[in-house]
Amino acid sequence: MIPIALLVAIIAFFLIHLSPGDPATFFVSPDAPPEELERVRERLGVDQPIFVQFGRWLGGVVQGDLGVSFFQRRPVIQAYLAALPVTLMLAVGGMAIALTLALPIGIISALKKDSLVDKIGTVFVFAGISMPNFWFGMLLILLFAVFLGWLPAQGFIRGAGLGGYVRSLILPALALGYPNSALIARMTRSSMLEVMRQDYVQTARAKGLRAFVVTSRHAFMNAINPILTVVGLVFARMMAGSVVIETVFNLPGVGRLVVNSVMRRDYPVIQGALLLTALLIVGFNLIIDLLYAIFDPRIRYD
Amino acid sequence: MRLQLKSDAVPGRIVAGAALTLAMVTMAIAAPLIATHDPYAVAVRERFQPPSVENYLGTDEYGRDVFSRVVFGARISMYVGLGVMLISTIAGTIIGLFSGYYRKLDNVLMRVMDALMSFPSILLAIAILAAIGPRTGNVIVALSIVYTPRTARVVRGSVLSVREEVYIESAQAVGLGDLRIIFRYILPNVMAPLIVQATFILALTIIAEAGLSYIGAGTPPPAPSWGNILADGRPHMYRAWWMTVFPGLFIMISVLGLNVIGDGLRDVLDPRLRGSR
Repeated sequence: MIPIALLVAIIAFFLIHLSPGDPATFFVSPDAPPEELERVRERLGVDQPIFVQFGRWLGGVVQGDLGVSFFQRRPVIQAYLAALPVTLMLAVGGMAIALTLALPIGIISALKKDSLVDKIGTVFVFAGISMPNFWFGMLLILLFAVFLGWLPAQGFIRGAGLGGYVRSLILPALALGYPNSALIARMTRSSMLEVMRQDYVQTARAKGLRAFVVTSRHAFMNAINPILTVVGLVFARMMAGSVVIETVFNLPGVGRLVVNSVMRRDYPVIQGALLLTALLIVGFNLIIDLLYAIFDPRIRYD
Repeated sequence: MRLQLKSDAVPGRIVAGAALTLAMVTMAIAAPLIATHDPYAVAVRERFQPPSVENYLGTDEYGRDVFSRVVFGARISMYVGLGVMLISTIAGTIIGLFSGYYRKLDNVLMRVMDALMSFPSILLAIAILAAIGPRTGNVIVALSIVYTPRTARVVRGSVLSVREEVYIESAQAVGLGDLRIIFRYILPNVMAPLIVQATFILALTIIAEAGLSYIGAGTPPPAPSWGNILADGRPHMYRAWWMTVFPGLFIMISVLGLNVIGDGLRDVLDPRLRGSR
């Protein structure tokens, strides 16, 4: 956990500092005197050798200080925390939609292997994994905003309150949810098929338990760990996918923050957002690891 | 490489997927022959024309022919896709082979790969592109860095099981050099998962390239990359739905073809998974 976090920090920092450009030139007019440029470089801290810059930055990071945004004139952590709720709401909503679609489809496809339902499920899966989620979002906008006019095409409506907030998130969450549900549905199906071949499932059936009990308790509970692995993967994919989705729907989340910072070479924000998002994903996967042990008591962490 | 493919063992869906992919590659190569217009030609009086016999997929806000732009867009997608597939496969294979064979290297190399994989793919690609500048060639560099760890991990996993085989032990026993063992004995035996992985990387890259162009971090406009065409259409959704629907459909069809191939190959090449689907 700690070595990974340190490596992530190193990569986040040096990746950004590979950049050949000088951010100070963005703050002063081209015909300003060289002393002016030097003063700005000093203020931004970019006049120091790169390892000194890294040391200062890392020293701050471990104390929760990610530096100050070049442009927003506020701490990076504040800018990030202001944007995070939108992205998290998208990921949570998208995950809820993905699981609601994927689990029933995956389980039924496994139970009725090679039936018409299974074939429709396969089409659903392949369409989902082959579709760019931001394009699916645009199709949703065309259908629900442009043609039907039921939901907003973009952004948050000012003063619409919680209801408006939720209404604005429905389409982007669907856009993230469906393409990712395909991955979960596929893993659910193959994991269920694997488990249903086991002897104890045969035994449960043979002793006359109802099909629902066999499926939900004996089969599904044992099929759950591979599904959890994919859920961890999907969470990372949603954090990535929301970057483009936020642009499509013009939502002020982490993705928008990074894209805007890239345009303005706001290094502290880019590397801070990169680091915090990666740590978020590492943390989420840690929770998944702990869940493995809950669903499978044979797994113990010492 | 002995894959032992009998022609009757190749499922029909691999053939179907290959046909879709071949159609896309042909479109990319023969773009100047297939396109009906110059993809950059501006015709202000023709702006926002709906699909017609003259403009199969309509025109955009500058009156450019959407069909011709989509056809030329296939070139950018294939160029980036093949570039990333090639680089990440070679780099990932080398890292995976050495990481799996030398246990001391494993700890270092795989920790770095894990760290790289902790970043959301698009976010990492954007950060790299922010550092080296948004250009088509740089998109290849950025996405290769993003996808190499995945291939490395797949290869390493296979190496770990292959290196326990008796024939590796006997190769070591007769005193063959490590490099010879790695490339002559291990590499051919990790080929199957590698090919499957490369197919999926190509599919992922096509989607990622479109996404990066869409947000303005990839191929800069006015180049007709699929992501750019979609981005051009976004502000005009209320009057020009064709700018949104058709380019995305082409992305989906090319990616679908590759996913079907990859999935079919995995079933054919990996007997352990046969029957589980």
